Amino acid sequence: MTDETPDTTTNQPPLRPEAEVLAEARRRSRRSFIGLGLAGLAGFGGWRWLFSEPNDEGIPHRVRKVLDANAQLSHAYYKQTRLAPEFARSRARTPRKNGTYGLKSELDPATWRMRVQSYGSDTTQEFTLADIQALPKVQIVTELKCIEGWSVIVHWAGARLSDFLAKYPLATRSGRPADPLNPPADLAPYAAVDTPDGKYYVGLDMDTVLHSQTLLCYEMNGKPLTPEHGAPLRLVTPLKYGIKHIKRIGTIAFVDTQPKDYWAEMGYDWDSGH
Amino acid sequence: MKQLVEKHPLAIRWFHWVNFPVLSLMIWSGLWIYWANDVYRLGWGKTTLLKFFPQSFYQAFHLEYKLAQGMSWHFVLMWVFFLNGLLYVGYTLFSGEWRYLLPNRHSFKEAIQVTLFDLGLRKEHPPVRKYNGAQQIAYTSVIIMGLGSLLTGLAIYKPVQFGWLTQLLGGYEFARIIHFALTIGYVLFFIVHVAQVVRAGWNNFRAMVAGFEIVEVDPATHEIKAGPAALPAADASLSSTK
Repeated sequence: MTDETPDTTTNQPPLRPEAEVLAEARRRSRRSFIGLGLAGLAGFGGWRWLFSEPNDEGIPHRVRKVLDANAQLSHAYYKQTRLAPEFARSRARTPRKNGTYGLKSELDPATWRMRVQSYGSDTTQEFTLADIQALPKVQIVTELKCIEGWSVIVHWAGARLSDFLAKYPLATRSGRPADPLNPPADLAPYAAVDTPDGKYYVGLDMDTVLHSQTLLCYEMNGKPLTPEHGAPLRLVTPLKYGIKHIKRIGTIAFVDTQPKDYWAEMGYDWDSGH
Repeated sequence: MKQLVEKHPLAIRWFHWVNFPVLSLMIWSGLWIYWANDVYRLGWGKTTLLKFFPQSFYQAFHLEYKLAQGMSWHFVLMWVFFLNGLLYVGYTLFSGEWRYLLPNRHSFKEAIQVTLFDLGLRKEHPPVRKYNGAQQIAYTSVIIMGLGSLLTGLAIYKPVQFGWLTQLLGGYEFARIIHFALTIGYVLFFIVHVAQVVRAGWNNFRAMVAGFEIVEVDPATHEIKAGPAALPAADASLSSTK
């Protein structure tokens, strides 16, 4: 056949016999499809392996590790001066109440105290709402972003947690005030915040605690907090999902290890940071 | 005379088949997440043409009450989706494969011809090439959509640290809408893609697994009568020089 081919093909390799071509096609197809099948099985196996270890607070241990690694990466990129966007006050709305965990018992605002356990000691200091209100009043109009996926602009007012810690230096071992932009070496790495009954609790990293938009909040949309929104004092931080905005703060403790967190125990990301 | 012609490099086949289950699981876990705030619909005023999604849809696929699990899957698999996409784009750039994939000035006209032909409104068969104009546009668009998903995803995942990106994408809520719309886009892409693959037949499908296509070659001239290498140049304008 190739002997008869005209000049146009002189520089081309001769065509291969059809039988040979089809045999190779069969061989390669078989190999490739088996390969794809095995890769699929391996992928499925890998996915199963990822989920094979016992639960680490609602999700498999290895998955939790990835979430923690994501958080670490995002903290490496984090900057204390980066702020959540603010909005016009006219756009503020009342958010949904959502969680009532930790709010179910009666509370007498007159006898309420915020108890703060200082870092590296067992001593606890008590604060009244007036103590918090004596600090500079800060107002922010930011998006409250719920982990469910909705968000609403809210006008919050309260004292910066960092201002509180500047006046009452309870987050350092030495009792030095914690400067947010130049945190001292003996600063606690975490804060654990609980409701008075201990039924709702969140853990916060120190970056968030010292951020200028993290408030000990006592007013929402220009009015004192109502009980269902966390009266007398709640946490507000646009750096985290709503789940970390603990209502009705009872205690704050500065601790060495990552504190337990209500929703993280249900399988959510502990950091839940923005 | 039947001959074997290489079509898809091994790397491209890997990226393709890794992406398929990963994107599927991203969409699935995305539905678990979306369920917790399923506010989107097609419609105006009080008229709703299509609600995303009807209750029966969630029930049929057991998509309810899995927000935490959905988020955890999403934030693991996002890395695989990102790396696979990055490697794919990198590979097409360095191998020169992008020449076949990127639309050119003829692609849009050809895409219309292809579409009309596929809908049975045009008799003349569009030129057979590795990727025709419609494919070039589709496969390039889906990569841009992938980039869009990564960016809108990042904008709603870390809206303060990447606040500039979130603002650029129209804010937190709008970025979430784009993120969702892109997902619907993938599903539509998938439907058309699978329909076209079924239509194109076994030879074409096998090429995405085994890499080659069998083509009919003129034994006299060695000219490929039809097949991926019929027009080796990516630019459609070269087809007229024949």
